Amino acid sequence: MVDADPQPTEQPAQQPLLRMRGIVKEFPGARALDGVDLEVRPGEVHCLLGQNGAGKSTLIKTLAGAHQPTAGEILIDEEPVVIANPVAALRLGIATIYQELDVVDGLTVAENIYLGHELATGGVTRRSEAARNTRKILDRLGHKEISPHREVGSLPAAGKQIVQLARALSRDARVVIMDEPSAVLDSEEVGNLHRIVRELTADGVAVVYISHRLEEIRQLGDRITVLKDGRTVAESLTVADTPTKELIQLMTGRSVEYAFPDRPGVAEDAAPVLQVEGLGLGDVFADVSLTVRAGEIVGLAGLVGSGRSEILETIYGARKATSGTVRVGGKRLRSGVDAAVSAGIGLCPEERKSQGLILDEPVYRNITLSTFSRMARAGLLDERAERAAAREQVEALDLRPAGVERSARTLSGGNQQKALLARWLVHGCRVLLLDEPTRGVDVGARAEIYNLIRRLADDGAAVVVVSSEIPEVLGLADRVLVISDGKAVHEGPAREIDEHAVLDLVMEGSVA
Amino acid sequence: MSQRSALMGPALRMGGLVLALVLLVVVGVATGGERFWSFGNFTTILSLAAVIGVVSIGMTFVITSGGIDLSVGSVLGLASIWASTLATQYAAEDYGWWVIVVTAMAVGLGAGLVNGALIAYGKVPAFIATLAMLAAARGLAEIIAGRRTQVVQVDAFFDVFQAKPLGLPVIVWIFVVVAAAGWFLLNRTTFGRRTVAVGGNPEASRLAGIKIKRHTLYLYALSGLAAGIGGVMILARTTAGSSTNGLFYELDAIAAVVVGGTLLVGGRGTITGTVLGVLIFATLTNVFVINNIDSSVQAIAKGAIIVFAVLLQQWFASRERVSAT
Repeated sequence: MVDADPQPTEQPAQQPLLRMRGIVKEFPGARALDGVDLEVRPGEVHCLLGQNGAGKSTLIKTLAGAHQPTAGEILIDEEPVVIANPVAALRLGIATIYQELDVVDGLTVAENIYLGHELATGGVTRRSEAARNTRKILDRLGHKEISPHREVGSLPAAGKQIVQLARALSRDARVVIMDEPSAVLDSEEVGNLHRIVRELTADGVAVVYISHRLEEIRQLGDRITVLKDGRTVAESLTVADTPTKELIQLMTGRSVEYAFPDRPGVAEDAAPVLQVEGLGLGDVFADVSLTVRAGEIVGLAGLVGSGRSEILETIYGARKATSGTVRVGGKRLRSGVDAAVSAGIGLCPEERKSQGLILDEPVYRNITLSTFSRMARAGLLDERAERAAAREQVEALDLRPAGVERSARTLSGGNQQKALLARWLVHGCRVLLLDEPTRGVDVGARAEIYNLIRRLADDGAAVVVVSSEIPEVLGLADRVLVISDGKAVHEGPAREIDEHAVLDLVMEGSVA
Repeated sequence: MSQRSALMGPALRMGGLVLALVLLVVVGVATGGERFWSFGNFTTILSLAAVIGVVSIGMTFVITSGGIDLSVGSVLGLASIWASTLATQYAAEDYGWWVIVVTAMAVGLGAGLVNGALIAYGKVPAFIATLAMLAAARGLAEIIAGRRTQVVQVDAFFDVFQAKPLGLPVIVWIFVVVAAAGWFLLNRTTFGRRTVAVGGNPEASRLAGIKIKRHTLYLYALSGLAAGIGGVMILARTTAGSSTNGLFYELDAIAAVVVGGTLLVGGRGTITGTVLGVLIFATLTNVFVINNIDSSVQAIAKGAIIVFAVLLQQWFASRERVSAT
């Protein structure tokens, strides 16, 4: 390692605040980190980039004191340190803001901020002092409007993030690690978050920022370190000098355009498989009709809260429709998920972990969750057939790692999605309902998922896709339904409409 | 890694339980000598374990699915009372000893169905629904019995139940059969897979097309049925129905299930573990009785074992979770 900084930056060559060298973390049977180098300077936004499973989470947990590295060293102000536990991390000035915001909903803002280092005299908390300090910190973050006495559970996600940032500041954090902080925010809140990050760095705090959004990294980051397969593949690239394409290449090991598979076009005489007529659900959505033919992908475009997920769930019978009918292959569906499944409908839900998978069960049992009864003979499980069916799909979908005995928890987001698709492939679905199929899936795996979905359609499935990313709906689907405020405001071929037109329709609908 | 934790974890846990049982036997031999180490005494231990064992097998299913059944002790008591009323005994004299057996099982099944319907369709939390059944079934048993002990005088019943095939009492054989059937049901059938799936993630199971309400109903019915069988067994062992039969059995059953390694939050269950848990507690009681030690001390020892077992479980669980990240 060269200590002198050869880069001609405007700032004088600074001593790094945090440095990691050759960090290795082994778990029984797996090497999550395999030589990570990272160097963070005071006052910079250092972006950490990598696909799912590249080792970002493990790296963060190592810095936060939740994991101990197997090898390698961590230096703060060029002094080697041991981060034995989360409290030690905080003492060293390292604060971590996890994706799943870990605040205590039942406590107030001030109580959350001083959680674990309460201002107290003889066990009695000094509430007014805590409130005063909290107000000061919130003021510094530009959020005077949040009362220190407000219950945190009543705050939106953005507010909870502020509380976590405030907690970091109350600890005099010098390094703040943020794991995909923008994932839970809308665009206005993201802007606000960026402002706060810039103010923190102006005060000399270093921010390690993790995001899947490359444009965001461009706007906010100073330098980038790219992880792949548990290793640092590029260290401290300056954002301004590195083209996005190069970043994607570093991450995936190949160059990826946002490539969508070809649309072969649906035969005019293709039979309608899914027919939805006048479907409604209370005041969530009303009078939704759509027909999906074999081999066709229909996309539902709309904002969060427009009712698009609810439409899928109602077609699937997971919610009880208040009006309308669903037909599969001409036959009217009775209500209930089990009826939908036996009619050949499959749903890949929005929340893979909480709605899709049984995380501690082996992969093959997750894949056969809808079919083990059918494979059984007289109620007796046929695990050999289950494993064989699962292995076949794992191979066909290139699900990695390929072992079907490992627990679903150990899979990355993209591979968990593949496991869910595999479930319905084993079932032999005629209709596939996909809710946010690429959420939390890294760029490289996305293209794979797109190709898979198209292949399913080519094999004769009728597919309905919901996504928050309008380009994704437009690129993938044959036909698009624009949903706004619980109503279908437009239906037409995906080729004939662009992102702006969709956005206009969405706005119009919500105004009306 | 998951390969290892999937195979080594349960093996280690079972090894630990077997070790605990062996230790108890060693203590028993060291302190009780031949009073402990005799065929007669082993029969005593197994008879003691049999009734609570059958109830615990039913409980294992409920807990694996993420539920709880607090009513089993009371239901067992009610079943033993209902099956030993004068009316039932007259009918048994007229038609055959099986009337007693069928009555007790029907009472257990009925109570279980009520529990299951309340939980699955009435959306009453399992803790509350079965707590209500715990109170109500015991009360009903007291009313029926008028707080008197109902001695069974059907000779044919005892001809069957006091036989000793291969030297072991019939109730021990019932426990063996129920445990074997339970193991098979949990590990080899779609019913068992559904139970684990519902316990592991009810929402994912529902969205995969599993009828979780109906399955929940079946689970509590099964637990009630097990309690009903327990009612018959206690009639066979004590020769009388009493409204205090099965008092606190729910706690013993939950303790045995949890000590055995079934997760209280659901998603993982082990019949082998439950059987070992039941045997550990029965042997413990026996060792204390042989040494004339106060039953209060015994209760403390039980508490310590439960805590120790759960601490061990959590240690295993945290190791698995770390290795799975």
